[in-house]
Amino acid sequence: MSAILERPARIDAPAISVRGIAKSYGATEVLRGVDFDVATGTVFALLGSNGAGKTTLVRILATLLKADSGSARVQDREITENPRAVRGAISLTGQFSAVDDVLTGRENLELVARLRHVNGPRESADAALARFLLTDAADRRAGEYSGGMRRRLDLAMSLIGDPPILFLDEPTTGLDPQARAGVWDVVRALAAGGTTVLLTTQYLDEAEQLADRIAILHGGRIVQEGTLAELRRLLPRRAPVLVEPQPTLEDVFLAVVGEGGVAQADPPPDNIEPREGSRS
Amino acid sequence: MTAQLAHGGRPAGGGGSALGAPSPRVQGARTVSRALADVRVLTGRSLRHILRSTDTIITTVVTPIALMLLFVYVLGGAIRTESGGSYIDYLLPGILLITVASGVSYTSYRLFLDRQGGIYERFRSMPIARSSVLWAHVLTSLVANLVSVAVVVGVALAMGFRTGASPGAWCGVVAIIALFTLTLTWIAVVAGLAAKSVDGASAFSYPLIFLPFISSAFVPTDSMPGPVAWFAEHQPVTAVVDTLRALFEGQPVGDAIWIALAWLAAVLLVAVGAAIRLARRA
Repeated sequence: MSAILERPARIDAPAISVRGIAKSYGATEVLRGVDFDVATGTVFALLGSNGAGKTTLVRILATLLKADSGSARVQDREITENPRAVRGAISLTGQFSAVDDVLTGRENLELVARLRHVNGPRESADAALARFLLTDAADRRAGEYSGGMRRRLDLAMSLIGDPPILFLDEPTTGLDPQARAGVWDVVRALAAGGTTVLLTTQYLDEAEQLADRIAILHGGRIVQEGTLAELRRLLPRRAPVLVEPQPTLEDVFLAVVGEGGVAQADPPPDNIEPREGSRS
Repeated sequence: MTAQLAHGGRPAGGGGSALGAPSPRVQGARTVSRALADVRVLTGRSLRHILRSTDTIITTVVTPIALMLLFVYVLGGAIRTESGGSYIDYLLPGILLITVASGVSYTSYRLFLDRQGGIYERFRSMPIARSSVLWAHVLTSLVANLVSVAVVVGVALAMGFRTGASPGAWCGVVAIIALFTLTLTWIAVVAGLAAKSVDGASAFSYPLIFLPFISSAFVPTDSMPGPVAWFAEHQPVTAVVDTLRALFEGQPVGDAIWIALAWLAAVLLVAVGAAIRLARRA
């Protein structure tokens, strides 16, 4: 657990407030009345299996999709009444990297900086490149980036202009362990800086690691919500068992691959060559 | 375990909305200037796409040039055009329209790729006008197609195309081709927004490329059988071709230009309306 203790004092209105949001596609009811609040400056994890409606909910809150009923306020602005103001306050990182493959990493960042009317788009792109360890790849086309680098560029683009609220829709799906740890570090740093983060994930450990509060979305509703400790109390206390501590496979993997961290995770190791004679 | 990621500090509670409330008029002017700046930035982006895939410009001009060679040097000898001038002078307006019709399919292709890749969704979740994204694609198409048209005209001049058009008539030619491009590009935008696959995104352009063949572009319509001739005389390409031909020949444009403008304006309005509806929904 790496709960960050220093958070800005809670401001009266929640950063995100969702009431009775429902959405159907034809006869399929995806969301059947979702309610929750996210306090300013906290990390809220929406946990659910594939198809639980997490992405649908995030797209509704990001003003990309209209709900059939219910209402939601983001930064105290109703999403359907004032979508433009909501878009000014949020940033969305979807499940698939939304980067322009033809442009370089730097050009992608500058594009977003200019569209957000940030003062000094060049400087802000440079700062983002440095922060996300992409300076060396800055002038390569994003289409040539590895999966982890694309995800970092994607996140960097979402953070240009320092939006106070960030939606992260399954940010680590398909990433290798190092890239995943890198994304986690970013989320922790953002939370420490006072950004409100709504995170969807299907990985239980991700919610455990990052979230102040966790909501479980199932059958179109929030079936349980609370801090990790509160959720744990839902189950009866188990008798203590003596277990010999075993390294997890992730520990082993990271130890074998090296402590290089995200920076070295991406270029393929050049000492691996096809065995001679194994192919003709 | 992972490298440190320095965090850029941000004033607490900052949302960039700390500006005082300006008067509605100032706010309106600011919205417009921001929207224009956004269109400029996004147009720069898609022009870069074109500059980095020059093959798209080449493929756009190769087909019309090949058609021009085929019609002038293979079929042209057997075609009589009454006007008595050289066949390439007769043919060029139709070739230019085919150039545009095949060129606009890249707009729907690029728009579809934007939607598929997620960057379109990113733009839509940002505080920019949704129409800015579409206008950027449209302006890019306008620039790219006018370049293609200029290349084709250059080749036609080398093949013996001659015109007595005055500077005013040339302006008319450019204006009509620009309006034609604008209209077809908005149709391409509708296709790009509605398409479910890459093939679907560009398939709409085949009938548009074919339309000039059933018009006065290559042969006079009175050489066609009754129903075909009727269709050819009443479809928009004939009016546009006749207008361009009259302008190139230094002749009065007559009614053709009004019919052409009415057609293009009507189709343009319908296409823009459909595109904006799709953009709101999609």
